[in-house]
Formats: sequence, structure tokens, C-alpha cells
Amino acid sequence: MSDVTASGAPVAEPKVETPFRRFVSEFFASKTATLGLVVFTIIALLAILAPWIAPQNPYDLAQLDIMDGRLEPGAVGGSGITHWLGTDDQGRDMLSGIIYGLRISLLVGAGSALIACLVGASLGLLAAYAGGRTDSVIMRVVDLQLSFPTILAALMILAFLGKGILNVVIALVIVEWAYYARTVRGSALVERNKEYIEAARCLALPTRRILFGHLFPNCLPPLIVVGTMQVARAIALEATLSFLGLGVPITEPSLGLLIANGFEYMLSGKYWISFYPGIALLVTIVSINLVGDHLRDVLNPRLKK
Amino acid sequence: MKTAIRAAAFATMAFVVPASAQNLTMAVGAPVTSLDPHFHQLSPNNAVAGMVFDRLINTDGQSRMVPGLAESWRAVAPDVWEFRLRRGVRFHNGQEFTAEDVAFTFQRVPNVPNSPSSFAGFVRPIRNVEIVDSHTLRLSTNGPYPLLPQDMTNVYILDRETHQNVTTEQFNSVQAAIGTGPYRVLSHRPGDRIEFERNDQYFGERPAFGRVNYRMITNDSARTAALLAGDVEFIDQVPTADLARLRGDQRVAMSEVTGLRVIYLSLDHMREDATPFVTDNDGRPIARNPLRDVRVRRALSMGIDRQAIVDRVMEGAATPTGQFFPPGIFSYVPDLPAPRFDAEGARRLLAEAGFPNGFRIQLNGPNDRYPNDGRIIQAIGQMWTRIGVRTTVEAQPWTTFVARAGRQEYSAFLIGWGSNPEGSHPLRNLIASFDRERGWGASNRGRYSNPELDRRLDEAMREIDDARRERMLIDAQRLALEDVAIIPLHIQTNVWAMRRHLRHDARADESTRAQDVRPAVQR
Amino acid sequence: MTVYLLRRILQSFMVLVAMSIIVFVGVYAVGDPVEILISPDADQLERERAIRALGLDLPLWEQYLVFVQRALQGDLGRSFVFNEPALQIILQRMPATLELAFGSMFLSILIGLPLGLYAGLKPDSVASKTIMAGSILGFSLPTFWVGLMLIMVFAVQLGWLPSTGRGETATLFGLQWSFLTANGLAHILMPAFNLALFKISLVIRLTRAGVRETMLMDYVKFARAKGLSQNRVIFVHVFKNILIPVVTVVGLELGSTIAFSVVTESVFAWPGMGKLIIDSINVLDRPVIVAYLMIIVLMFIVINLVVDILYSVLDPRVRLEAKA
Repeated sequence: MSDVTASGAPVAEPKVETPFRRFVSEFFASKTATLGLVVFTIIALLAILAPWIAPQNPYDLAQLDIMDGRLEPGAVGGSGITHWLGTDDQGRDMLSGIIYGLRISLLVGAGSALIACLVGASLGLLAAYAGGRTDSVIMRVVDLQLSFPTILAALMILAFLGKGILNVVIALVIVEWAYYARTVRGSALVERNKEYIEAARCLALPTRRILFGHLFPNCLPPLIVVGTMQVARAIALEATLSFLGLGVPITEPSLGLLIANGFEYMLSGKYWISFYPGIALLVTIVSINLVGDHLRDVLNPRLKK
Repeated sequence: MKTAIRAAAFATMAFVVPASAQNLTMAVGAPVTSLDPHFHQLSPNNAVAGMVFDRLINTDGQSRMVPGLAESWRAVAPDVWEFRLRRGVRFHNGQEFTAEDVAFTFQRVPNVPNSPSSFAGFVRPIRNVEIVDSHTLRLSTNGPYPLLPQDMTNVYILDRETHQNVTTEQFNSVQAAIGTGPYRVLSHRPGDRIEFERNDQYFGERPAFGRVNYRMITNDSARTAALLAGDVEFIDQVPTADLARLRGDQRVAMSEVTGLRVIYLSLDHMREDATPFVTDNDGRPIARNPLRDVRVRRALSMGIDRQAIVDRVMEGAATPTGQFFPPGIFSYVPDLPAPRFDAEGARRLLAEAGFPNGFRIQLNGPNDRYPNDGRIIQAIGQMWTRIGVRTTVEAQPWTTFVARAGRQEYSAFLIGWGSNPEGSHPLRNLIASFDRERGWGASNRGRYSNPELDRRLDEAMREIDDARRERMLIDAQRLALEDVAIIPLHIQTNVWAMRRHLRHDARADESTRAQDVRPAVQR
Repeated sequence: MTVYLLRRILQSFMVLVAMSIIVFVGVYAVGDPVEILISPDADQLERERAIRALGLDLPLWEQYLVFVQRALQGDLGRSFVFNEPALQIILQRMPATLELAFGSMFLSILIGLPLGLYAGLKPDSVASKTIMAGSILGFSLPTFWVGLMLIMVFAVQLGWLPSTGRGETATLFGLQWSFLTANGLAHILMPAFNLALFKISLVIRLTRAGVRETMLMDYVKFARAKGLSQNRVIFVHVFKNILIPVVTVVGLELGSTIAFSVVTESVFAWPGMGKLIIDSINVLDRPVIVAYLMIIVLMFIVINLVVDILYSVLDPRVRLEAKA
């Protein structure tokens, strides 16, 4: 195990097994998770490098021509571009649309999940640890949040803020943080009463240290399960919002909006408008889930020998 | 317990009439919100009211007036209209229809509690109702009012005896849904389905189907799928994306007609200084609103390839237009074709107006209101960008969009208008100067104002003679459209689809009614 | 316990008040109901009449006070669109949604629990990996897309199931239920499965995670060492432990299933509350939106309460009485 880390680092004692190194080596022990990470890295790179890779800038109306609309995969459009994955109703090259769409979906999905997790987990932890009034106030807000149907919340938030990528992220954070808070609180409540926390308390460790040093790591496994689900959920939710016409602007479609847009053409056999973005979405989410799934196993202290 | 379930099962079985040519299952795309014909002026409600109730003057597929409960009508004086009513007509509960019922209806119409959009406007011009005899009525108005017959095509007649003090809820619970129309209501599950039974005593043509199941399936793809799966036999509002598939399907027949709904762009005429969503090419506001220059408006209109939108976006289910009406409708302007697409000319006009390099604009619109609305504004965005007007596009849900459009927050936006077949209707509502006292320009969201047009419209609306009025309205429309008060894009085609064994008389007014569906003639 | 309950009820009441204010302000911010409901050719007079008729001419705070006053007497207002009491409209549609929600929960446990158990007990078998891959798919596919796909395949192509709608119903306890008729069952199958898809995956993953974790616990090891049969270990010791997260999540999901059946209901034209709320939002029918949210919030409060109590019964380590 140690030889994985031995090669690179010019550290005095390379054979010391830090928790991080152990984590890295355990992670790469799984082939599927490694594959997931590789695929995800490729997808992320595609998304980041979109302007240099995509054959067309699908957001520039001047580059689109509706006369090229709904071309079949492999057709050559009026501008001379070969549309390997066909075009959508606006004459947007699907390959370019997907690469740019990945960018938006990832930004929205990962961005919102990360922020929601930070906010939610901190509050959940605080609620469980502090108990009493703090707990009930936070949990009431969580109830409020969970009882508010996502779509209505999003409609209202987006009505206040207007459409847009950043606004969708904000809306998703607002509707999702409560899931993290509830999850963390739930497991922290169990952990709180365990001996090691009592012990830590008896040692009069600072609250912050107990919270983040002891309580938090033990709440991680469920948080990662939820977090993984929530990234997928955020991306799907964004797709649904876009399906309902509330998500990202139609001129800058995410994968979800591309799917929703193309679905209307499914019955008439123009499958590519909806199908390829669907595949891209699927691969993205599956790769994230593969990574998250394995992370969960690796990070769970109880599964360790 | 067991017996209860069994009894229930029997009850359901008895309820289900075996499928036969006697039954029709149809699905509509817009929910019917009430069976009270005076509660909410809304097309789906009006369609159902058109099955259960009658009007003094009914309308045919082309929205022309045909005798309904009135057999004939004429102006006996410039401000008095006389209606001769049909004799021997009975309501579904056996009550006889008389002039008293009409007078009662006119009383009820403006007094329906909590109505979010009443029919009061159609009876407001009536100053006095005189019952000459049991089947003759004289309606007098304040001054000459040629539109009274047109207004009467919107008012559904109730029975004085049956509907005294009846509430909207009583209509919705079927109990009070009693009219003279070709169908009576059997049951109503709000937002889901309405079941009808043929009224064998109907005075008009006997409908072909004895029982009708009228379902509401608001999701477009689901509605098409239900037709293809054979769960329903007839659907309306066929999504344009499915047209190709349905046209090629042997099991399906279609019916279509050019409708009365025009899709157009409204421009900000109100602000003389900077308009919020127009900037120069560096993103700075332009001190004077370029949209007030008719050359700019004309350039924007010429820069749109309407045929391309119709072919590529609407899949042919629309007609390019430069005015409110399709040919054949009263007050259609005969020599005003759809503006020709001319990018060169548009650029020239822009240069003439002082914008040789164009400007930037944001085009707004709804994305859930009209067929392909979001797609159309994107396509226009492409076209305008090519004539040098760099366009960004923002589509919003109707709820948000219409409120902001109504507050004059946009510079240019797409919207639609469903006309009555009378030139004064669009002119009065969309083009005439906004004037609360007169009730004009209520939907003139761009606040176009042209005193000459107002004057001509006022004159036309006091002209009883149809031929003269039509000429005046044509001139007034031409005046407005040559000034590019709005930019008309296309008129939608109304499309229905059905299983092969059916045939349908398409209606320009978009109403989906069971009496218009018949079995196809066997060949 | 009583103090705890009382406190929860008081808190819940505050939640309700907060919600109603949010909805009032929210609807106000989104748009103007009259603009949406009014016929486009209505003149200014008619528009003003409609605004007065719906009580929208008052300042927002006054509208809210009117609402509160009536709500205290059990009247949540009349729908702008239907002119019927909002509460009644929602209650009319509730059985359809409840049936769909319970149907989908039933399916998710019926399918999810055994699959998750299997995947947890034999984590390295090919079948388990297939199950887990499938569960990932369950998370990944957007509901509306799957719903339409199901219709395409099973209704349009194969013609096995009806495409949309609720089908025939039978009366039980004075309400209409479709699971009592064969036709109704055929109608509910696809929407229930569509709605369950996400939860099946959730149950699979939670069960599997729980099983794997529990199997390593000392007490399970001990139970096995004691020579208890595999079945007994699994169904008594392991099962009891994994039930906690599953109960929490499924319980929580009931509320959200009801609230979020919006998409499924509109794809399958299922005449429930979810479709009603989407329609109501589209026309800004504020009384219905407010009443709907009140009901959903109440439902959530009850569900959370039940889950919390169950939680404390299943896991005595969790104390309900919050310590000062």
C-alpha cells in the first residue's frame, strides 16, 4: 500500500501513512470508481475547454440558422459545419450544444450541491450539538423548507431574481440545503450520545473541535450518500425546472433544457435532439455517482478494519 | 365490506357503456375551469358552453354569424336592434325558451360574483331591453352600435325559471348546467373530465354521438400519445412537432383551418427617450428611442423571414401575415400582403434612420403560451442579428411575462391576439390610444397612439351599414399597419387530430366541441 | 412527551404563518392574477371590476389580514379560477394524489427492499452490481423523460397499458379509488412506477448501505458467532437496524412524493393535487396555492412528528425531549 505514495514525495519519511494517503490508495483500489473518476474528469475537461473544442458557439444567435434546424446526425449545414450529432430546432449543432450544456449542468449541479451542503451540514451539526432552542429554530426552518414544493419555491425565487444560471443555483441551494441539514442532524443525534463524544466533552475540548473534529467525520457517510444523490438531483431538478420553462435561459440551454426541448420531437422520430443530451446527462450523473458511491465506502469509519 | 366492494364494482360496471360508434372520447389541451357560462370568459369554457348552451346568434366554422336562439335580427333604428326568437325550443329540463329568458340572462351576466373575467362588456352597450312579445326582443343602445350582433355571439342564454339565484358552484356540480344546446352534462370531474349525453330534442342538427367523454390532457406529448395509443379518439391543439408523425400515420386523420389568432411583436412607442432594452453597440443607452422611428420599425419587420418561421418553426401550421385577419374574414385588408423578407433593404432603412451599424436590443416573450413562442423569438433573434441589430432573447413563463409587459417594462416582445372577425376588435384593443374612459387600448401594451386612427375607428364604430363599415375598417387597419404600429408575424392554423374513423369540421375560433365530430363516411 | 408535542404544535403554527406570508408576497411578486385570468379584450372598466371582485384592490397587508381573519374561521378563501372554496377543491383531488403516492411508496418498498437486501448481503455478485447500476440509473433519469418514455413504450408501441388518466374508480368510505377496479389498476401502474423510480433507488441504496454496515457490527458478529441462523440474523438483527434510515427516508419521502407528484401527474394527466397546483401556479390562483401549501405543510408536520416518534421507538438512543 505504501509503495503507491513512496515514489513522488520528497518527504523525509515517505512511508508514514497519513489518513489522506490511505484514503487515496483505498479509493483507487476500486476499478469502477477509478473509471468513474476518469470519465468525470474527461467530462469536466470538455466542459471547461468548451470554447476551444466545440465546432460552434451555440449561444451566439448570429452563428445559428433555423434553415439548418433539425438536421440529422452527420448532415452538413449551411455554414459548412458537419453536425455529427445533428442539430436542434434552432439549427444549433447538437455536439456543441451538449459540450456547452455540460458546462452549465455541471456548474449548476455541483455548484448548488456544494454550497447547499456547506450551509446545510453546518446548520444540521449545530442543531444536533446545541439542541434546545437552536435545534428547534433550525429544524423549524428545515420543516418550512421541506414543506415548500421545490417547483413553487423555484418559481418564486426565479420570479424575484429572473431567469439565469446563477439564479438557478441560488434557487437550488435554497431548496436543497435542508436535506443536508436534516441528514446531518439525524446522524449527529445518534453520534452525540456515544461515549467518544461524551469523552471529548469531559476533556473540555472546544466546541468547534468537537463539532468538526469528532462529530462531523462520523456524520460524513450519510452526508456523502445524500450529497451524491443531491448532485444528481440538482442536475435533474434543473432539467425539470427547464422542462417547466423556469430554468436556464433558452438561448443558453443546459443538458436538461436540451432534453426537454428535444422531447417534443420524440414522437416524430427526431430522436437525436433529445437522445444525445440524455446520454450525456446519464454518463455525467453515473460517473459522479460511481465516485460518490465508492467514496462512501472508503470514508465510512465503521467499514474500516 | 366485501359486499360493499362488490357492489361498488357492479356500480362501475353499470356505469361503463360498452364502446360503440355511439360513444366519443376526446381530449383537449386546456382545462375547463367552470360550467357556468357567465363566470369566466375563457376559450375552453366557451367551447364547453357551446355544447350545452346556445347564444342568440351562433357562429359557424368560419366564425360567421348564423341563427341560434334568434332566427333573425336587424336594426330597426340606428340604435335599436330587433331579435326574432326561435319558437318551440326547450331547455334540457323541459322549460320553454322565451324572450323573458334572454332578459334574465342579460341581468345575470354582469352580476356573477367573483368572476375573474366576466361577459359584462357584451351587455353593457344595451341600454334597454324591450320584450315585444314572447318571442320578439328589442335592444336599444346608446347611439348607433353596429357590433351588437357580434356581441351576442358571446352570451350564452340561461332559463329564468331554472337559473334564478343559481351559483357558479351549482353549475360546476352539474345540477344547474342546463341549457338548450345539443349536449347535456352527465358528470363533471373538475380538471379531469366531463361526460355528456346527446340532447335528442335539440333544435339544430342532431349530433352524431350519443355519449361523449371530454377529457383534459394538458401535456402536449401525452395528448398525442393518448391518441396514438387509442385511449382517446380525438385531440385538439396538436403540437406542431407531432404534425409530421401524425400526418404520416395511417390510423390518424387531421382537420385544420386558418384561425383568428395572430402572433405579433409589440414595440415600445411610449418612451421618447431611452427604452430599457435597446442600447448602442457598446452597450450604452441610446438617448432617443429608435423604435419610435417608423423606418426602424419597418426595417425590423422586413428583417424577419416569416416564411422561414412558418416552415421551420411552425412546421407549416401558420400563415405569414402583415395584418390581423386571414383572407375571407370581414374587414380583411385585400392588398396588404405579408412584408417581404429583405435583409438588404432593412439594413438600408436602418442606415437611413441613423443606425448604419445597427444597435442592440433584447426581445422578450413568453415560453409557455403560444405554440413555439420561445422558438420564434430565438429565430427572430437570429434574423435581426443578421441585419445588424444584435439581439438577445429572453423568454419567461406567461405569469411573469404578461405582468411585466402590461407595465410597459419591455422594449420589444412577442405576444398573440385572438380576434373576433371584425376589424374594430383588434384595432380598439391593440392599436387605439390607451383610454380608460372609452375602454380603448386596454391591450395596447406598447402604447402606440395615433389620433387620426382613433378618429377613423370612432367613426367606423358608429356605422351601421356593414359594407361601409368594412371599408372604413380596412382603411384604418392599413393606416396602422403602414405605420408599423405592431409587427404581425403569422396567423396560427388550428389543427385537430383524430382516429381514421372520424371526421371533424374545423373551427376558426379554436373551439373543440363534440357536435363538430362525426363518423367518417364509409368509402 | 406532552410538552414536546405542545411545543411542536406551537412551532408548526408559526411555520404555517410564515408560509402564508411567503406565498402572499411571492404571488404578489410573480405577477398579477387579473392580468392572467382576464380575457384579453376586456376593457379597463372590466379589469378594474375583476380586481375588485377578487379583492386585489386592497393593499397587500390588508388582503393578508382579510385572509387571516377568514382562515381563523376555517375559510381559506375561494379559488379565483373555480369560484369554489379552495380547501374543497384540494380535498376533492387529494384521494387521487394520496393513492398515487401510496402506490408508489408501496412499489418502492416492494421492489427496493429485497433488491437492496440482496445487494447488501452479496455485494460482489454480478446481480448486485447490476442492481446498483440500475439504482444509479433510477437517480439519473429525469422523471418527466421517463414518464413520457413509459407512455411511448407501454401505451403507444405495445398497447399494454392505458397512456393517461385515472380510469374507472370505485367508491370506498365515500371516496373514489382506482385500485379497486382492474381498469383503475391498469391506469395507476405506470404513474406510480414513474413516481417510485427515484425512491426505489433510494431504498435500494439505503438498505444496502445499512446491511453492509450492520453486518460488520459487533453485535451481529456476535449473533452469528452464537450460531443463530442466517435468516434470524438478517431479519431480526440486521433488519431492525437498517429500518431506521429507511423509515426516516420513506416517511420523509411520503410528504415530498405528494408535493412533488406535480411532474408525474401532469405527464400522465392524473387528476390530483399536484396537477392542480401547477395549473394554479400558471394562473396565479393564490387562494388555491395558499391552501395547498397549508395542507402540504400540515402533512409534513404530521409526517415528521410520526417519523420522530417512530425513530425514538426504533432507536432508544434518540431522545425526543430536547435537553436544555
